[in-house]
Amino acid sequence: MLRDRLQPLHPIAWWCWAGALAVAASRTTNPILLGLILAVVAWVVTTRRGNSPWARSFNALMRVGLLVIVIRVVIQVLFGDRVPGDMLFSFPSVPLPSWAAGVTIGGPVTAQAAIGAFCQGLQIAVILACFGAANSLASSFRLLRCVPAGLYEVAVAVTVSISFTPQVVLSVARVRDARRLRGRATSGLRGWRGLAVPVLEGALERSVALAASMDARGFGRRSTSQRRRRVTGAATLGGLIGLGIGLFELLDAGSASGIGLAVALVGGALVVGGLVVAAHGTRSRYRPDRWLVAEWLVVAAGLATVAGIVAVGNSDPNALTQSLYPLALPQVPALALAGILVATVPSAISPVQAPVRPRLKGAVA
Amino acid sequence: MICFDRVTVTYPGATVPVLDNVSLAIEEGNLALVIGATGAGKSTLLRCVNGLVPHFSGGRLNGTVTVDGRNTEQYRPRDLADAVGYVGQDPDATFVADTVEDELAYAMENLGVDPETMRRRVEDVLDTLNLHALRQRAITTLSGGQRQRVAIGAAFTAAPKVLVLDEPTSSLDPVSAEEVLASLARLVHDQGTTILVAEHRLERIVQFADIVVELGSSPGSLRSGTPATVFATAELAPPVVRLARAAGWSPVPLSVRDARRAAPELRGRLEASPRPLVQSTRGERVASLKGVTASYGPITALAEVTLDFHEGEVMAVMGRNGAGKSTLLHHLVGLRRAQRGSVEVLGRMPSALTASEAIRLVGLVPQDPGSLLCAETVAAECRDADRDGHLAGGTTRAVLESLVADISDDAHPKDLSEGQRLALALAVVLAPEPPVLLFDEPTRGLDYRAKERLARQLRQLAARGHCVVVATHDVELVAEAADRVVVLADGEVITDGPARSVVCYSAGLASQVARILAPAEWLTVEEVAAALAGQSPHRWSIR
Repeated sequence: MLRDRLQPLHPIAWWCWAGALAVAASRTTNPILLGLILAVVAWVVTTRRGNSPWARSFNALMRVGLLVIVIRVVIQVLFGDRVPGDMLFSFPSVPLPSWAAGVTIGGPVTAQAAIGAFCQGLQIAVILACFGAANSLASSFRLLRCVPAGLYEVAVAVTVSISFTPQVVLSVARVRDARRLRGRATSGLRGWRGLAVPVLEGALERSVALAASMDARGFGRRSTSQRRRRVTGAATLGGLIGLGIGLFELLDAGSASGIGLAVALVGGALVVGGLVVAAHGTRSRYRPDRWLVAEWLVVAAGLATVAGIVAVGNSDPNALTQSLYPLALPQVPALALAGILVATVPSAISPVQAPVRPRLKGAVA
Repeated sequence: MICFDRVTVTYPGATVPVLDNVSLAIEEGNLALVIGATGAGKSTLLRCVNGLVPHFSGGRLNGTVTVDGRNTEQYRPRDLADAVGYVGQDPDATFVADTVEDELAYAMENLGVDPETMRRRVEDVLDTLNLHALRQRAITTLSGGQRQRVAIGAAFTAAPKVLVLDEPTSSLDPVSAEEVLASLARLVHDQGTTILVAEHRLERIVQFADIVVELGSSPGSLRSGTPATVFATAELAPPVVRLARAAGWSPVPLSVRDARRAAPELRGRLEASPRPLVQSTRGERVASLKGVTASYGPITALAEVTLDFHEGEVMAVMGRNGAGKSTLLHHLVGLRRAQRGSVEVLGRMPSALTASEAIRLVGLVPQDPGSLLCAETVAAECRDADRDGHLAGGTTRAVLESLVADISDDAHPKDLSEGQRLALALAVVLAPEPPVLLFDEPTRGLDYRAKERLARQLRQLAARGHCVVVATHDVELVAEAADRVVVLADGEVITDGPARSVVCYSAGLASQVARILAPAEWLTVEEVAAALAGQSPHRWSIR
């Protein structure tokens, strides 16, 4: 065990690991590699997550992923480009005017079309699963605690909105109950119409109570001037956007220009500058998450997967895709396989997230 | 420590001030209890202490409020955060973080307390409030009493000299309320904190108070003094005080323990008088649960519950927060379908009925009666209720009139007092004349006067042949109004019996009078007073 106590892993380490796996998944449509990545993610999640309310987000995103695959395949079969190959069956086709080029309705369906669509859907599903895993393993509350002081206000707004969502769900249930107790319709259009106003009213009342409580506990009491905070906040946010655009340019294999790199560098500099200046506030942190060896190892495990896939992509790009002509079982390149297996390391070196007993009250009372 | 000097508060748009020329001084290390009817300005008084009034609420404050030498005119609530901790009425709406530890540290982070001190204070508070075992838990997984203690802890970690609490025990079961009050007492005794607390349920807290501040019904009247002097004449008083007045004891005892010293004499006087009569109005069975089981995920809310409900009977359902009381009511009213077992009201299954059929069979006044009300005015609310129930115009208004006389047609339901709002919700539910009437925690936020009226109304409803079921923590309401008590624990029926024997012989559920006069079986002050006046003490005097 690399950690002396059961302090959970730094949330950013989990996000880096999951992000790296998502990047790896985005570089391949090979269903076997995608399936392996999914298996690794699922394994780590099931062995390491606690049973806090947010730990269920992995299951939720898996379900969304499944839906994505189904929709992708159905759309391809019904409306997609007619891909040549081994015909499975045929729908009656509807002739469309010439301006609707590229869209067809019905027509012959080939195995190639269906399998190609499935692989693309699977890729999206795996990327979604990676984000679900990050959410399950690292609470978004703890991630937001890592946000630098310059973005503190933004982080608070996000935190509050995250905790408000389940309350709105409860409040909708309460208002529906109240409507039934009044003898009014609870389903259909009429049922939903009377819902919005009381729910919004309730949310507003809670917001005011929360604002009063935060004010009474010293929120927004700091010595830095308003103007300085605005400038540093704008610099940090602008920098982050620049960094994002730059990285997008860099990752997009098609456009290998220097502009992406330049934008990313300027953005990075702005972010660092903004954060350094803003760090001179008067807020302090309770038990900040620490970045130790285990965190480095988890990030490295994620990067190893990316490295394996990229290496295979450089030497033998075809190994990363599903071969359609001829239709054959996909290859399993050894290097990519090894990289993916390394990603299971966090399951061995991280502690299980603090166990939380299931919700006891509120639902019952 | 806290000083009000000729303070007048007027909210924006209001013509009458809430507090009028009020002066008050509270010394360091005291626990001051603020009492008064709903709408007397208790919350306003509390919110003045840390400047939420007027900085946050708007409105005008004349005069000066000084806390720890700081004038709230110059200091905003956030600037007073190190001096005053404030815990609002609904702790759930005030949590910022997701786990207990982070929530406790929040105020200190804002104040910039250094990490060493922060860790130490969080540990201190975890110990003081007995939250140690919960430190890593997500707040959403805690019980009501635990959440209330976290809210108190969150206000207290910043080591304020003054702690202000608005009705900290109003939604808690007796045991959780006890825990919270014990925590407060510890803060006063061990740390010398000055505490200002507003409460309606005075039974338990009175004995901890050093000073009682009574707000009268007119905005200017404020009286403060030692508990004994204030309660000698206070309009709103706990049963122990009213019993003392009826028995002519002086000085007035404030705790059950003090009262028991004088009790033998009173028991002697009462021995001669006839035992209270129980007039049962119980009739036919109108509803039943058979082997009903319900669960929320892994939690069992009801386990094989079998109960009969009779017309003309007031039945109280008691038990801890989360024991399954609300779930039981939800099954009876058809909001939930039984996972196993059957629910029957007059031979029909409520969950299978349409909403408009169901309201003629069984009505529920929910925990927050305001959630039933959604119109802009009382008159519109009554009209809507007539329409929903396909009733003749004016029916609901007439029912409301019979419950409370003094509600104006144009008032907004949100502006009514708690008692009036409850009456309006009850009128809406009662208008279609459902034979079964359910109440979920109806005494929350009610002062003693409104509670007495409610108890009377429950008896009247039973006398008219309704089957009345009340889920409540409020032992005094049960003593005053119930025929039969069912106690639930973890979804199981533990006790089912006549109110008199359950209330007299249960440690946790005994009313104050029952505790004082045990082993004699007296439940309420009214019974004792009637017996002392030489009248035959009918249990239910329906006025």
